[in-house]
Amino acid sequence: MEPLVRHEGKTAFLDRVNVDTDQIIPKQFLKRIERSGFGQFLFYDWRYLDDGSPNPEFALNHPDYAGASILVARDNFGCGSSREHAAWALADYGIRVILAPSFADIFYNNCFKNGLLPVVLASETIQHLFTVGAGHPYSLTVDLEKQRVELPDGTSYPFDIDPQRKHKLLNGLDDVGLTLQHEAAIADYEQRRSKAAVG
Amino acid sequence: MSTARPKTLFDKIWEPHVVVEEGSQSLIYIDLHLIHEVTSPQAFEALRLAGRKVRRPDLTFATMDHNVPTDNPFDVRDPIAAKQIQTLADNCRQFGIPLADLNSCDQGIVHVIGPELGLTQPGKTIVCGDSHTSTHGAFGALAFGIGTSEVEHVLATQCLWQVRPKTLNVRLNGRIPAGVTAKDIILAVIGRYGVDFGTGYVIEFSGEAVRSLSMEGRMTMCNMAIEAGARAGLVAPDEKTFAYLQGRPYAPQGADFDRAVEAWKQLCTDEGAEFDKVIELDVADLEPQVTWGTNPGMCLGVNDVVPSPDSFTSPVARQAAEQALAYMGLTPGTRLTDVSVQHVFIGSCTNARIEDLRLAAAVAKGRRVAPGVRALVVPGSKRVKEQAEAEGLHEVFRAAGFEWREPGCSMCLAMNPDFVPAGERCASTSNRNFEGRQGKGARTHLVSPAMAAAAAIAGHFVDVREFLDGSPSPLATGSNTGGAGNGAARPA
Ligand code: SF4
Repeated sequence: MEPLVRHEGKTAFLDRVNVDTDQIIPKQFLKRIERSGFGQFLFYDWRYLDDGSPNPEFALNHPDYAGASILVARDNFGCGSSREHAAWALADYGIRVILAPSFADIFYNNCFKNGLLPVVLASETIQHLFTVGAGHPYSLTVDLEKQRVELPDGTSYPFDIDPQRKHKLLNGLDDVGLTLQHEAAIADYEQRRSKAAVG
Repeated sequence: MSTARPKTLFDKIWEPHVVVEEGSQSLIYIDLHLIHEVTSPQAFEALRLAGRKVRRPDLTFATMDHNVPTDNPFDVRDPIAAKQIQTLADNCRQFGIPLADLNSCDQGIVHVIGPELGLTQPGKTIVCGDSHTSTHGAFGALAFGIGTSEVEHVLATQCLWQVRPKTLNVRLNGRIPAGVTAKDIILAVIGRYGVDFGTGYVIEFSGEAVRSLSMEGRMTMCNMAIEAGARAGLVAPDEKTFAYLQGRPYAPQGADFDRAVEAWKQLCTDEGAEFDKVIELDVADLEPQVTWGTNPGMCLGVNDVVPSPDSFTSPVARQAAEQALAYMGLTPGTRLTDVSVQHVFIGSCTNARIEDLRLAAAVAKGRRVAPGVRALVVPGSKRVKEQAEAEGLHEVFRAAGFEWREPGCSMCLAMNPDFVPAGERCASTSNRNFEGRQGKGARTHLVSPAMAAAAAIAGHFVDVREFLDGSPSPLATGSNTGGAGNGAARPA
């Protein structure tokens, strides 16, 4: 997994609450058995018109947002299905950071497994980003090390993040490999449990 | 002599499963890992690439459900779906995982077969790459959905890193009125408190109303805990739970069962234990619910009217309501009972168990599906299908003009050939009314099985209690037999 330490990128804005994973990646694209190549289907039903051409009304199709790697979103982003394809699609599309007032649990978790950083900011802060960003997309810097989102005008907003998750993302560590370092503890646990069950 | 702090049901399951703690993260041991064809292929592929094996194939169980066609399960015409189904079979063979494949009498929707095979048991930790894993919490198991990387993690280590969730007690008081089901209650709770009131929490459902529910009803309720954003739903096990599990193939047998029951009886929230949050609702006045929008929280009693966006105070909610109404093609002020449907879907892991089918059949019996309505009944599993057929329910449905299908997820997410065409409306017993969930442009209204059957007969939403009124029991046949499907009286 690619480490994420400090990321500077262009922002895109998605002004909808409760964006669910069915929208992020509609189910007709879940049938692949690979992890890659989902970016082309991101927000498919919103992004494309029936004839397959890009929907000019959809935020991410706005020319100002081309190449954006930071998505600013609303409350409860990523609710619904557990499909990790949603995180794969966002990452494959080029998104590395999502800023929102709140995220759905499973999606939040899935982000970290795929080098995506979901950042929770206060509703007022997100509102401020939307207001400033309307018509004037800009670049932001997200500093994971310092846990800060920095605006071009110098203002910055701190954010909270679980220290273990931060550590893994900063170093691009593989979860399974790390857990297997606890092999002895797991084996010990299994032994205790099977004794208890038989007893 | 014990001076231990009183514990919640959640604490009692969580604490004995902690293998290691590191800061805020706990490594939790998983007792049962359910897998299916859609969210597992990438996990197995990663295992193979890393040269790892499945740590506990004996604690893993696989089924095929999401992609399976429900007219003829063996005729998978979509080559990519066929490939996923084949890939699951290959992976299970290679890694030694038991699989209920399409030939097995155990096959069905993962959250229906776990309980009916007795794999789901009180006190277990259960995960599956599917958000509705919360269903299994009805047995007092801590059960939640995970992503594919976590599926890989559990396959390799039988453990999962988790931040301890907060606890939320949803107390449901009062007697459940006739014609109102677990589905209506959970929809009403989400309608009142929103689709994210449970985020970060594990919900324990308790109270008189929950105690009075059957295991099927409790499963429906826990199934939709995720629609409130909760990681999991829980109901403390009781005599109903034990009776349900007794004799199931994977449940403990004989003296082991009795011993297990003694242990399971400890799984309840102690007097004086504290929850991080408590909400209480009296169900005595609830009406059957119908969703009008594009998330499960956008729901109202069947006798209400489509709301106006102006009735929402926050600008964000107003905008969401506007978008939902535009998508749903509904005008504020329209009575929900005046909204007609072209499709009816009775199925999914929310409402495709035997009791659900019985309730729907009771409404369908001796009546006819309205002209122009396509109505599907899709049992949740092979066992449910067999049981229903033994009771003659399939004949009731067929005689009424419903299609009787093979088990699978079907129109719940339309990954298979069952879908709702754009712009058409479906009364569905599933759990999600998101945009496009049942097909691009499809308009989904979530309801209970009885309400879905009633909508099929009437051709529009109708208060199912009108079908039950005057009958000595809900199972009695109504007076309007035959006819062209307009037998249901409209509200005056
Ligand atoms: S029935 Fe629907 S919600 Fe349930 S497992 Fe299948 S697709 Fe998921």
